[in-house]
Amino acid sequence: MQGPLIDSLARQGVTRRTFMKYCATLASMMALPPAAGRAMAEAMAAAPAATKRPSVIWLPFQECTGCTESITRSHSPTLEGLIFDAISLDYQETLMAAAGHQAEEALHAAMKENDGKYLLIVDGSIPLGLDGAYSCIAGKSNLETLKEVAKGAFAIVAMGSCAAFGGIPKANPNPTGAVSVSDIIKDKPIINIPGCPPIPVVMTGVLAHFLTFGSLPEMDNKGRPKAFYGETIHDRCYRRPFYDQGKFAKTFDDEGARNGWCLFELGCKGPVTYNACATVKWNGGTSWPVESGHGCLGCSEPDFWDAGGFYKALSMPADPLKFVSTAAVVGAVAGVAVSFANRGKKGAAKSAHETTTLADLEK
Amino acid sequence: MSASLEKGVRVLKEVIDAPIASYFSSCVHCGLCAEACLFYTETGDPKYTPIHKLEPLRRLYEQEYTLLGRLGKLVGLSKPVTDDELEEWKELVYNSCTLCGRCSAVCPVGNDIVYMVRKFREGMSASGHAPEGIIGAVNRTVTIGSPMGVKLPAVKAQMKHVEEDYGLPIPLDAEGAEYMVMLSSMEIINFPEYLAAIAKIMHQAGKTWTLCSTAFEATNAGMQIGNSDLAKLLVMRIVDGAEKLKVKTVISPECGHAYTALRWEGANLIGRPFTFKVQHIIEVLGEFQEQGLLKTEGFETDKLTFHDPCQLARRGGVIKQQRNLMNMVSKNFVEMPDAGYMNWCCGGGGGASAIEEGEELRMEAFKKKKSQLDVVKPDRLVTACANCRIVLEEGLEHYQMDIPVLGLTELIAEHIPDQTSEKGA
Amino acid sequence: MNDMQFLTWVRGTGLDIAVSIFVLGVLWRLFEIYSLGRKADISAARSVSGASGWHTIFRRSVPPEGMLKRSPVSYIGGYIFHIGLAIVVFLFAPHILLIKNLTGLSWPGLPSQFIDLAAVVTMAAMVVVLVDRINKPVKRYLSTFGDWFAWTLTFLPVLTGWMAVQHLVLPYTTMLALHILTVELLLIFLPFTKLFHAFTVFGSRWYIGKINGHKGVAV
Repeated sequence: MQGPLIDSLARQGVTRRTFMKYCATLASMMALPPAAGRAMAEAMAAAPAATKRPSVIWLPFQECTGCTESITRSHSPTLEGLIFDAISLDYQETLMAAAGHQAEEALHAAMKENDGKYLLIVDGSIPLGLDGAYSCIAGKSNLETLKEVAKGAFAIVAMGSCAAFGGIPKANPNPTGAVSVSDIIKDKPIINIPGCPPIPVVMTGVLAHFLTFGSLPEMDNKGRPKAFYGETIHDRCYRRPFYDQGKFAKTFDDEGARNGWCLFELGCKGPVTYNACATVKWNGGTSWPVESGHGCLGCSEPDFWDAGGFYKALSMPADPLKFVSTAAVVGAVAGVAVSFANRGKKGAAKSAHETTTLADLEK
Repeated sequence: MSASLEKGVRVLKEVIDAPIASYFSSCVHCGLCAEACLFYTETGDPKYTPIHKLEPLRRLYEQEYTLLGRLGKLVGLSKPVTDDELEEWKELVYNSCTLCGRCSAVCPVGNDIVYMVRKFREGMSASGHAPEGIIGAVNRTVTIGSPMGVKLPAVKAQMKHVEEDYGLPIPLDAEGAEYMVMLSSMEIINFPEYLAAIAKIMHQAGKTWTLCSTAFEATNAGMQIGNSDLAKLLVMRIVDGAEKLKVKTVISPECGHAYTALRWEGANLIGRPFTFKVQHIIEVLGEFQEQGLLKTEGFETDKLTFHDPCQLARRGGVIKQQRNLMNMVSKNFVEMPDAGYMNWCCGGGGGASAIEEGEELRMEAFKKKKSQLDVVKPDRLVTACANCRIVLEEGLEHYQMDIPVLGLTELIAEHIPDQTSEKGA
Repeated sequence: MNDMQFLTWVRGTGLDIAVSIFVLGVLWRLFEIYSLGRKADISAARSVSGASGWHTIFRRSVPPEGMLKRSPVSYIGGYIFHIGLAIVVFLFAPHILLIKNLTGLSWPGLPSQFIDLAAVVTMAAMVVVLVDRINKPVKRYLSTFGDWFAWTLTFLPVLTGWMAVQHLVLPYTTMLALHILTVELLLIFLPFTKLFHAFTVFGSRWYIGKINGHKGVAV
């Protein structure tokens, strides 16, 4: 197997063998047949000179750059980063050297050149409030930019929870009127890669799939690649046996916490969170939140910020006794009112009583 | 001739209370009460399910005393109780309910169904839906003094008869006697042995006793029909008599509902506690037995069994005494299945035996008693209720079973050694 | 509304509403029922040991002689599903946590596999008593819309809870939300259906025990 990518990898000390293994792992993670691994490797390795590599435009909207940070600082050496060698990242504000008019020109050039073929990656939500004035680039609101760029895109990747579901900007009371990409764009295939931030390998997996097959992988009803979001954190959690045994850490420094028991009672959202953290882990497979002793926040689920509190167990209601005292008073008052009415009625029947005589037994 | 639906409803509004509200709110329609009711078990007709017999009362309760019920009535979801409906329910509330209390005993949520039927009858009678048979009995009790129309001269004749036969005095209107003995008209007419037995027992125990010329009849048809005003009138006769004679204890005869009427309902009907004690004759005998005042000789050797009157055992709490007494005079006393607290009713209590048109159903229900008897196959059947006795005799005759029925008091008395000569001499 | 919003709503606003209606309804109904009062029994009491309202509250849980044989499905099925419900409701760790959060009271739970079994057995028993209600002439005769409705209200929370844990049909989040929603429906309707027997059963048993105790009948 030969190609520019392999050469570039070799220069960075990654052997062909390591690359093949990586592709095979990626393929298996995405539940593709074994042959797909090889196909992926070949497709990526054979990626031709820069001008003909698939064009990718990355638009950052109302976001914190955490997603970009996550992707660029993942493995070392950054295999994920190297995938970018297989694509032509024509516009990415954080990474690109160009700025100002140059950057804008690059964007428009890429759009024109690859019309209908480029892949659009979006991170960040789109604010609709005040006509989108909350977030503008080059004098245009994110809404305008998104609509304009999306027009010529082959497909859109909504990277991170903000782009996928609105994320933290959308959290109650959503002052900027933030929405997700799919709330605006209805006529293009959109794949959501939620997470705050998303797992790097999930992103590269989707890109690899796109490069190999020229299409998006199979998605669930929330537009997420099934391969990575098919199961809950809870289902794949190594602490699951403790849950089944009813062994729970009650505080972050008790016996249970030290023994690595289930963090359900400490508010872990694992049971309702679909993501691959428990299997893929973070930082090159070093660890992940639950392994480090903290419950899952559910960051890859819509509206995770407003889901009743990070440290409140799922079985616990947000605030069920809010109206209870009022309800109790109203109930008691209603009851007492009915009681008085009833007693009055019974009393009236009693005072109207006519002593029965024999004659009264017949009609 | 002034019974009306309006009156019935008014009376029901008076008698519906917290227990009834709690009972209706607790019913889960499990149907177990049906399994305890001989009118259902012997006919298999679900309309005889005890709680169903209260359906109009339930609706009335909800419509009158619950917010949702009122609302339901307002929007037409819950139909008002009508005369036609109550007429239809007459059979269920009177003919097919003997107030035996088995349903109340089995209800898993603790509904005292009989308590409710008793109260429902207040409304049924006030709205003119009581059966003719019971109305007649009430009429006779109130006007003549006894449901069978027995008057004082008939009692006096019986007294004379017994005095002659046994040589024992039968005191009448003896002031200051310890016991005032009541009778049921069935005993006066059909079972005169009872009076003789009392005389013998009292004589042996050395107790003073008396009959009362103004209150000899213990039965209370007013309670059976379910009319507290009339029931009170009848109880008042006894109270007046007992207070006039200044007796310590009034003895309720071998009659189930008379005991309930006087012992448990009496004070509540007249609205003040009694100044005297009320005991069933079986309780008195049990006490005498315990105190050694009752001495018998000899034993019956044929196979005997005992039919517990519902009002005495299940509804009255007298269960052990009759067994001790049976064993005192019998070598071969065998219990029927379910005997005691859970005994099956004869089928004619609570006024049911006075309803002519209910006879066919009663005979059908009697199959239950028949099956109980078939297990034991007794030579004779003993009981402690004159009404049970009549109903049992009818049923046994209907099914051509040759089992004589007798009262426990007489049976005991038969074993009391004849002491009249020594003492009288 | 997505499933997380649905879950958040049922855990938040939905539960607020349900718990409020439940508390309101229970108090209102209890007042409505027990304020009707009753006359004091002035007949002379016969006191016998073991005969009282309190005794009956417990004793009525045991079938009277001979009744088990006459209606085995009612008793055995009834026992199983009542006990099963109690196990599932009160001994499942997340439920205990909820109660602890609301009341501060807490106790050890049972392993989730056991709860799972209890839920399946409970549902089976409930189906059996439902079939019995359809088949037995008396039960069918007595049954009204309220009976079928109450059965459904009770069955759904068990079913959805079990399905959520087992990951059946719908994603866990949606199923959990449905589970909580069905519990809310149960809470809302409980005071106004025959399910209110969960409260009045104690009053009813106490009354009949008191009445019988007054007569010296120990039941």
